[in-house]
Amino acid sequence: MSAVVLDHITKTYDDGKVVAVDDVSLQVAEGELFGLIGPDGAGKTSLFRILTTLLLPDKGSATVRGYDCVKDFKAIRSRIGYMPGKFSLYQDLTVKENLDFFATLFGSSIEENYDLIRDIYEQIKPFNDRRAGKLSGGMKQKLALCCALIHKPEVLFLDEPTTGVDVVSRKEFWAMLKSLKQQGITIVVSTPYMDEAMRCERIALIQGGKIMSVDTPDNIIAQFPVTLYAIKADDIYRLLTALRNEPAIDSSYAFGEYIHITLRNGSDIDTLRQQMEEKGHAHVAAKAIRPGIEDSFIRLMNQA
Amino acid sequence: MEEKVIVCRELTKRFGDFYAVNKISFDVNKGEIFGFLGANGAGKTTAMRILCGLSHPTSGEATVAGFNVYKQTEAIKKNIGYMSQKFSLYENLTILENIEFFGGVYGVPAAEIKERSDNLVRKLGLTAEAKKLVGALPLGWKQKLAFSVAIFHQPRIVFLDEPTGGVDPVTRRQFWDMIYEAAASGITIFVTTHYMDEAEYCNRITIMVDGKVEALDSPANLKARFDADNMDEVFYRLARGAKRSGD
Repeated sequence: MSAVVLDHITKTYDDGKVVAVDDVSLQVAEGELFGLIGPDGAGKTSLFRILTTLLLPDKGSATVRGYDCVKDFKAIRSRIGYMPGKFSLYQDLTVKENLDFFATLFGSSIEENYDLIRDIYEQIKPFNDRRAGKLSGGMKQKLALCCALIHKPEVLFLDEPTTGVDVVSRKEFWAMLKSLKQQGITIVVSTPYMDEAMRCERIALIQGGKIMSVDTPDNIIAQFPVTLYAIKADDIYRLLTALRNEPAIDSSYAFGEYIHITLRNGSDIDTLRQQMEEKGHAHVAAKAIRPGIEDSFIRLMNQA
Repeated sequence: MEEKVIVCRELTKRFGDFYAVNKISFDVNKGEIFGFLGANGAGKTTAMRILCGLSHPTSGEATVAGFNVYKQTEAIKKNIGYMSQKFSLYENLTILENIEFFGGVYGVPAAEIKERSDNLVRKLGLTAEAKKLVGALPLGWKQKLAFSVAIFHQPRIVFLDEPTGGVDPVTRRQFWDMIYEAAASGITIFVTTHYMDEAEYCNRITIMVDGKVEALDSPANLKARFDADNMDEVFYRLARGAKRSGD
């Protein structure tokens, strides 16, 4: 049995004028760490809200652990943990009070499932008596995760837990998810940061309400159909502008200190490099590289 | 000698016994793309608010576009542009109305607003949408429009606070094209971001840790100094020792 199934789900707003989710189907296996990767407005939050029984789809059906997201909403609610993108704990309750509240709500206690939250909770325990509204961003995120875990959910839904969080805290957060996965919890997590895709077992690339691809990150990268090159020169912006007007170039996008390019049929990279040097670009260097998820995402976006 | 648009000497902001910004010093040159990075809670927002004339420092000196951050905050505000991830145009005004409003606030003459707003809308490819409400635009377009509005009065400096958060990868790069173009026209860019690839697009970067500037150099020099392959690694090495965490 799949932990999560979406079967031709469509969701529109504003009398059908805005299509947030467009005929989406996918399955998440038991115990999987699954990522929904896409920018704001891709439809990630609508999918989460349908799966957590907070929103009704227009068309299609969805199940979580075999329970229907419309008919069996009560059974689903007691079996899932949900961390919304927007901080939604009680700001004027303390850390401890929030945790007690959510445990009690689900007929449990902090002690009962302490093992599950220990590593995360102990980082915020020194602030037990501080009101949630007065916590820093990183601590709020940890408390929200504890509250979503306190009733030992079977499936955990995390909507953009790392947005606006710095690189160091993001790395810590993914390490926490990995250890939760090892305890058998199925995790569905969304992120706008493409580099985080590699930390998931399987991912769905989503844009404009549509799934562009669902697979393991490695398979998605392996499906990149042509050779990708990284090229750079002293004045990177001048090089980028020149490449855009170059007939040999199929696509060119800035990626950190390099520009990632693909070539049209019949062109080769050495000729291109020579041409760029002849045009006065200094220290031109080019090499074939393995694409990343962001390269794949851009390519799929442009095909759509 | 290069013209300095921001000069900052031992700038400090203290709240009680908490040093949000602790003796930071740096210069920003005209037309430079200056990346301002740091972990959550490192003091970036506080420093930016001082430089935008919105908050008084506790001690130290700073000038922005030649104006003093203690005494000439109104002059600073007239000479800078500001844009953040939180969309700040009026959703229930049209594109043209927003440009007219903000142009007017910053004292651009009416005739000039008219002429330049038509050009701007054409350049953005939004002619068909010019008389539509801004609220109906997709996020990527909103951010590009917000940037164009922030530099419409041709400020000396534009402050960008995580301008590309949540934006799709193609639009994010189009946004950086606009940044490069603005910098080439002489506008100084002061930008914060959580995307480390974007840090590479800056001429120079500062990395703040616990209220202090821990590193200030070009991306290439920083990578060489920390023997790192990318900025992600440089940032991680510097920021993982941070004692503070916050928003």
